[in-house]
Amino acid sequence: MVKISPSEITPEHVFLNRRRFMAAAGATAGALALAGCSTTPLSGRATDLVESDSPAVVVRRPQNLPPALAHTEPTASVNQDELGDPLNKFEEITNYNNFYEFSTNKESVAREAAGFNSYPWQVEITGLVNNPMVLDIDDIYKRYPQEERIYRLRCVEAWSMVIPWVGFPISAILKDAEPKSEARYVRFVTVYRPEEMRGQRSGILDWPYQEGLRMDEAMHPLAILATGMYGKPLTNQQGAPIRLVVPWKYGFKSIKSVVTLEVTDTIPDTTWSAAAPHEYGFYANVNPNVNHPRWSQASERRIGENGRRPTLMFNGYEEEVAYLYAGMDLTRSY
Amino acid sequence: MATYVRNNWFWWVVTLTALAPMGWLAWRALTNSLGVDPVNTVNNVSGRAAMIVLFFSLACTPLNTIFGFRRALTVRRSLGLIAFAYASLHLLNFVGLDYGFDWNLIVQDAVLDKPYILAGSLALLLLALLAITSTRGWMRRLGRNWKRLHRLVYAAGVLVVLHFLWQAKAAERWEPLMYGGVLAALLLVRVPAVRNWLVRQRGARSARVSRPRAAQAD
Ligand code: HEM
Repeated sequence: MVKISPSEITPEHVFLNRRRFMAAAGATAGALALAGCSTTPLSGRATDLVESDSPAVVVRRPQNLPPALAHTEPTASVNQDELGDPLNKFEEITNYNNFYEFSTNKESVAREAAGFNSYPWQVEITGLVNNPMVLDIDDIYKRYPQEERIYRLRCVEAWSMVIPWVGFPISAILKDAEPKSEARYVRFVTVYRPEEMRGQRSGILDWPYQEGLRMDEAMHPLAILATGMYGKPLTNQQGAPIRLVVPWKYGFKSIKSVVTLEVTDTIPDTTWSAAAPHEYGFYANVNPNVNHPRWSQASERRIGENGRRPTLMFNGYEEEVAYLYAGMDLTRSY
Repeated sequence: MATYVRNNWFWWVVTLTALAPMGWLAWRALTNSLGVDPVNTVNNVSGRAAMIVLFFSLACTPLNTIFGFRRALTVRRSLGLIAFAYASLHLLNFVGLDYGFDWNLIVQDAVLDKPYILAGSLALLLLALLAITSTRGWMRRLGRNWKRLHRLVYAAGVLVVLHFLWQAKAAERWEPLMYGGVLAALLLVRVPAVRNWLVRQRGARSARVSRPRAAQAD
């Protein structure tokens, strides 16, 4: 993690004055250039300050966002998924989050995560690769075209949403890292910051959170690293600044606030299957025919709707992904 | 009037307090502020309120027999009925808002596949039975059997804790276990030997307090 020298952090009144100046000048490009040179003389990286709930916490956000993430209002190109179901509202998606690092209460995560520092950020790609990399989030924005993906998210708790993510295929980053011939799996790790994540100070799970995919799953074009949602950067409660999204698997596979991708030849340990192996497996594919030991997975509640809808095989992505599991017994490889 | 207040203030305070979560839910429903997932909010509030109020109703008898707090007996029935009301709301929310009255889905999805629902349903059935037979008329009709019947409230308590425990994730099991501990304590103090021992302890202490001179003379 890069240390930020105090000189890089703009006092709030300077920031506010600059905002006023920018408004007066009315020239965004010029103002951005000015902001860039005044805030980051060393690295040249533009940073911004916004106030969070607690005045003691300074939260930095990236300023040179790619167009796909640069909207000020929640923006999506369509208002429904390919099955004709409406997108969930921005407020729903950002106020109902399973992120035990902050709280086990889905509606408290947004508040608990408000002071989390998701910028600057670096992601390490390591393990069995010829070209290990450490990528700054700004590099990631630049290097990999950020595109919109409308996906259903099906939680193992039997609720679901439709979410307009912004991101890019994991395959792009893996190809750049050049996996060696013995590479079989990718292990993903969430940042470990107990001082900012109060859930990590408790023993409810083994921290840091870890997930894994088989290499062919990770290379599948539907599997993405998401950097945003509704045309804006991810909020902290969604796993800012970068998270996995694997739409045909239960939500807990889609690990948040990722700092490490490690390519391995052995099956990685994953947090939930370590906590309760008979309830959560490595694959965790959405499957209406294989129940959770304690509840049915045949139906789900779409947030914002009353009543239930049937759960679809592979969450409705069967045509695209079923071949990955040909010949496997999905009741055993759950 | 003054007599009424003197005799009934405790009943009113306890009853209204026990109904407060209901008022809170109603207010949130009316102001459209039940959160992102109203089904889940109503489920959690009504389920927890049902269990907690039920446990308070279980505490009434020992509060009287062990601590001589006779007033507790005046709220026992009211608390039991309120627990039943919360549990009914909990069920209505499940059947109506969650499953949209889709009975086929409820039977195969909930009843057959979720053992914790079975435990909850049995608990609710028992609570309904006790609510119906909680009137003076039924007390008279059942005579000595009324007491026996109403001991089933402990079975309902055990089923509720099982219901809570079975649906909790490993990381969240501490909460149902904690309530299980509370229930175990409530059961324990009704075991005659334990109760008598506690009563003797109390008797000895109050005797010491009321006869300080005698204690000193020892
Ligand atoms: C027909 C009867 C019942 C049904 C269908 C039912 C259904 C449910 C359901 C669906 C859940 C939520 C599970 C989840 O979040 O995944 C739940 C949780 C719960 N129920 Fe029930 N229940 C019943 C009876 C009862 C009774 C009688 C009580 C208490 C007196 C009770 C207390 C609770 C509690 C404390 C929870 C946990 C709430 C939480 O997770 O925060 N339930 N019940």
